[in-house]
Amino acid sequence: MIEVSQIIPHIFLFTALYFQVFLLITFFESRETIRKQASHTNTRYPSVAVLVPCYNEEKTVARTIESLLSLDYPKDKMSIIVIDDGSTDRTFETIRTFEQHPQVTLLQKENGGKHTALNLGISRTNTELIGCLDADSFVAPDALTEIVKCFDDATVMAVMPAIKIWNPKTVLERIQKAEYDMGIFVRKMFGIMNTIQVTPGAFSLFRKRVFDELGGFKEAHNTEDMEIALRMQSKHYRIENAHTAYVYTVAPKTIKALYKQRVRWTYGFLKNVLDYRFMLFNKKYGHLGILTLPFALVSIIGAVYMAGFVVIRFINYLLEKIVKFQTVGVGWSGTEVDWFFFNTQSLPILIFITLFTTLLILVNGKKLSGGSMKPSRDILYFLLFYGLMAPVWITKALYNSALSKKSSWK
Amino acid sequence: MPSEGYRKYIFVFIITSVIFFTAFSISNYSNEKRIQNIQSIEDKIALDLLSSETQFNLLKELSCKAIDNSVLSQELNSIAEKLTYAEENLGVDNPEVLRLKKYYSVLEVKDYLLMKQVDQKCKQKLIFILYFYSNKGDCDDCKKEGYVLTDLREEYPELRVYSFDYNLDFPIIKTLQMVFKLKNTLPAIIIGDEIHYGFKSREEIEKLMPILAKLKAEREKAQRTANSTTTTQKKK
Repeated sequence: MIEVSQIIPHIFLFTALYFQVFLLITFFESRETIRKQASHTNTRYPSVAVLVPCYNEEKTVARTIESLLSLDYPKDKMSIIVIDDGSTDRTFETIRTFEQHPQVTLLQKENGGKHTALNLGISRTNTELIGCLDADSFVAPDALTEIVKCFDDATVMAVMPAIKIWNPKTVLERIQKAEYDMGIFVRKMFGIMNTIQVTPGAFSLFRKRVFDELGGFKEAHNTEDMEIALRMQSKHYRIENAHTAYVYTVAPKTIKALYKQRVRWTYGFLKNVLDYRFMLFNKKYGHLGILTLPFALVSIIGAVYMAGFVVIRFINYLLEKIVKFQTVGVGWSGTEVDWFFFNTQSLPILIFITLFTTLLILVNGKKLSGGSMKPSRDILYFLLFYGLMAPVWITKALYNSALSKKSSWK
Repeated sequence: MPSEGYRKYIFVFIITSVIFFTAFSISNYSNEKRIQNIQSIEDKIALDLLSSETQFNLLKELSCKAIDNSVLSQELNSIAEKLTYAEENLGVDNPEVLRLKKYYSVLEVKDYLLMKQVDQKCKQKLIFILYFYSNKGDCDDCKKEGYVLTDLREEYPELRVYSFDYNLDFPIIKTLQMVFKLKNTLPAIIIGDEIHYGFKSREEIEKLMPILAKLKAEREKAQRTANSTTTTQKKK
């Protein structure tokens, strides 16, 4: 029998496992579709404008533009619009070095937020497709071709790429690498299930008619990329994922920077879901309304609860050890290893199973992103630390949401 | 949503439920194995006890040299550790755990009485501590006292600690409470005929039982002799 105190963690674990099993089954069902998508070749090269909004990005923007100029795509079909959103550093001077390039257009405006920079860019273009690329991200040479081929399907209105961490070295960057690899798997499945709920600034492409019909980007709690995706989903506009289009992004290098970024994302997600709450548990919106959005909300609460549960147990264990140390000092009890004392309660077994399914998702994500299925250090660090890190920023985001305390985007 | 979409939800629900059911089954199976393990130890103790009783009967006919006084203590220590774990994991109110605990208490009392008689008849150095605790959450120091007694038992293998749950609803416990006129002030330890209430540190217990220091000195002396013999043999 389960104790009353253990019912809630069991419910959260059931939900997490249900969701993971759902994704894994979707993956096994769709392997052929994924393979076909990957081997499909372009039939046409529509005109594309890539918008690069920047605010104080002097260190990375040049590399971002250079990577766009190196794209394997007909030059006369692609233009780059760089919008300086009133940077206070040397960003504008840096982007001016590209002024003479025939594919590049430079725009400068007063600071008004990322969405205003993007909307200015949209208003200055008339191409069939419009892409966005954050000034801290770089694209692989074939990224655009890989994305564009998804638009061969006339029902696809936007496509997001597979985002990877650029050159991860530290433990923190490696944790994020595993997280992004897992994201590649999850978003691919979301693409198949038509439940993508974010079109990241790291090289998502839209048909221009999306903006003509639905309007431009909104401030949307500093997460305009989530809002536009939810707005599209609410109007049944299909968003696809191109898992073979690689885009590299620079990971936050410090815990503080990562914390700040994730508080903003989680806060933005919570607020946007609140704005689009009519989609929750609404079968009109398919898997998004029934499964992925409600699960995302439950997982936010579940992550905080489970982390609290584990931390409290660990503190109790530690306190017990301290009392023992104070009472009898240090000393090896000499107890032999006996299976009798292995914890075989249902909760640790289920946590172990959930970690195993997470591992399955991680290695498949790694494979989808072009890597090998061999478990790596990134995965180890992720499994060890992520579950304790994420609840910290989730808690802060929940707190901010409750008080409607907006998080800054820079 | 198309009907195959709903079928998938049901299918995933079934798979997840099967995983949960498997986890619960593994957990139940291992708990049953644990109880079986404790029961097998009980059986062994019961057999040892019978052997001990027979030895005691023989004592009337034979000399004290024929008595082996080590039959039960180690088994009792082992079952004590396992019972503590079972209480924590299966629950203090688990009927099986309660049954095992009662059985264990009987075994402890029988061992205590037998060893006491061996002590009187054979004048052997047998040292006992009777320990009364509560795990109802009303005795903060009981856990600490448990650490001290376990530590002492590891240091002095000759020491026998018989621990009893003061709140166990069992006639033997009530009888012990009556015999020793025990108050409900826990932890309580009985050394010889004296009852000591409240937490007693390792040093305090060692002070109350001077024989422990003597035993330690004897063991150290024997160890030194053994070491010097080994060194002499190596030199040869």
